[in-house]
Amino acid sequence: MAMTMTQKILAAHSGKDTVKKGELIMAQLDLVLGNDVTSPVAIKEFNKAGCNCVFDCNKIALVMDHFTPNKDIKSAEQVKTVREFADEKGITNFFDVGEMGVEHSLLPEKGLVVSGDLVIGADSHTCTYGALGAFSTGVGSTDMAAGMSYGRAWFKVPPAIKFNLINKLTGWASGKDVILHIIGKIGVDGALYKSMEFAGEGVSSLSMDERFTICNMAIEAGAKNGIFPVDEKTLEYVREHSNKQPRIFEADGDAEYDEVFDIDLSKIKPTVAFPHLPSNTRTFDDIGEVKINQVVIGSCTNGRFSDFEIAAKILRGKKVDKRVRTLIIPSTQKIYLDILDAGFIKDFINAGCIVSTPTCGPCLGGHMGILAKDERCVSTTNRNFIGRMGHPESEVYLASPAVAAASALTGRILQPSELI
Amino acid sequence: MKITGKAIKYGDNVDTDVIIPARYLTTSNEKELAAHCMEDLDKTFVSRVKEGDIMVAGANFGCGSSREHAPIAIKASGIACVIAKSFARIFYRNAINTGLAIIEYDGDISEGDILEVDYEKGELNNLTRGNVGVFPPFPPFLQNIINKGGLLKSLREDK
Ligand code: SF4
Repeated sequence: MAMTMTQKILAAHSGKDTVKKGELIMAQLDLVLGNDVTSPVAIKEFNKAGCNCVFDCNKIALVMDHFTPNKDIKSAEQVKTVREFADEKGITNFFDVGEMGVEHSLLPEKGLVVSGDLVIGADSHTCTYGALGAFSTGVGSTDMAAGMSYGRAWFKVPPAIKFNLINKLTGWASGKDVILHIIGKIGVDGALYKSMEFAGEGVSSLSMDERFTICNMAIEAGAKNGIFPVDEKTLEYVREHSNKQPRIFEADGDAEYDEVFDIDLSKIKPTVAFPHLPSNTRTFDDIGEVKINQVVIGSCTNGRFSDFEIAAKILRGKKVDKRVRTLIIPSTQKIYLDILDAGFIKDFINAGCIVSTPTCGPCLGGHMGILAKDERCVSTTNRNFIGRMGHPESEVYLASPAVAAASALTGRILQPSELI
Repeated sequence: MKITGKAIKYGDNVDTDVIIPARYLTTSNEKELAAHCMEDLDKTFVSRVKEGDIMVAGANFGCGSSREHAPIAIKASGIACVIAKSFARIFYRNAINTGLAIIEYDGDISEGDILEVDYEKGELNNLTRGNVGVFPPFPPFLQNIINKGGLLKSLREDK
């Protein structure tokens, strides 16, 4: 029976030769992830169910990133619960202030996820690690609690949609524009319950950072996971970051797909998702004059080194518009140091931006850059739902770091090619 | 099991940020979460919802984040069951795992209709309109989780 790449990983982790779509399986987990919002609920469930031990203290990652450094007493109390739990259970991969980063940037960087792994995380953007050729998906806190105690989770084997990537990106188009384009095309439930499998000769031209960005937003099309094939670039990344042995799974040539889309990367243009859905995309032919008050460059979608490299290139030696608060949020401590070494932080500060410690911060309207009524923000994050970054009547426009940086300079949504 | 309740209706793509805004995620207390349920979409929800009411929505209900606070808030607000054309997958899992009844059903229901739901039979009786619809009951695997009182308990017993 022919299988997709995702199905092969699920079969291998449930002790089966083959699985088929719709089948319910119980699978072994390589890693269970939680953050400062979801872990407290999971710990409560864990204790309520009378669990004492975790299945493996090295296979649980707890990352305090959403409201940290703690923004108020309540969030401080929440992190305290997790800190004590981690201490008591001897969880080796507990990341708090000083070591933490936004979870989905941090885990691959720390080498905790490699190709072929099966990972659940109590955070919807856990699908990010598909970039490494792993199966990873977001779950809730109860799944996380069960995962922590038994090292297992139930899954319904998903059908898949294949995205056949051809040619290469040109100009200012980036991985962010690819995924926004795809979500605009298939809708926020276009891949509901399904895998999004990326394939084709265009894959090799995409950097690992771009693949992370693309898989990160698979959930924004409703997908269970997004996944890239493993190539030389993947293996090089894994070797550089991890001691774990990668496992390579390939989709069968005759695997069944519900749909196949050809995506010509050379035709992708800078794309912006208008409020209040990631699928509400427009290219610059019909964007017009949209004045903005804030720009955020960061998050698990676009807070990596290459994202700041592009932003620095655009902002260097210039000044952001006086009316635009421009927030730069590297998503891990390592990225923070790397952009410091590269001199970008100086470029950003000279341009009138602020540079923050790694945190989810404004991405989910937590802290560090909340919008007032009627304010607009261009953000490199992944969601622009009502009230996502603050007031229910504020607006978030999702874009690439290049578009975000260009917009910061002019105070309106702009593509970098229009800058003189 | 059978339940009867009044429909409170919303549209497509009701996301977890409107079910329970992130600014309230600094707690996992059910009552506190319920007090802010749906407030960015419908300020009147909390004051008009009655114990046993049924939330009815369109496609992709619960899209967005993985916060279990969303089904917890809905359940604690008094809602007995959510009926939608389709559910976002993490919300679907979370609802099952936390014991919030959900039904995938695409039928004509209006705000205020009185509905009677029979889970085992997979029957939905719209008492206001006098029509009966069907929906697929949960597969045995999931019924087992629900019958054992949640995911953790079922795993412990089936170990
Ligand atoms: S950066 Fe935003 S999307 Fe990513 S984990 Fe944090 S809150 Fe979620």
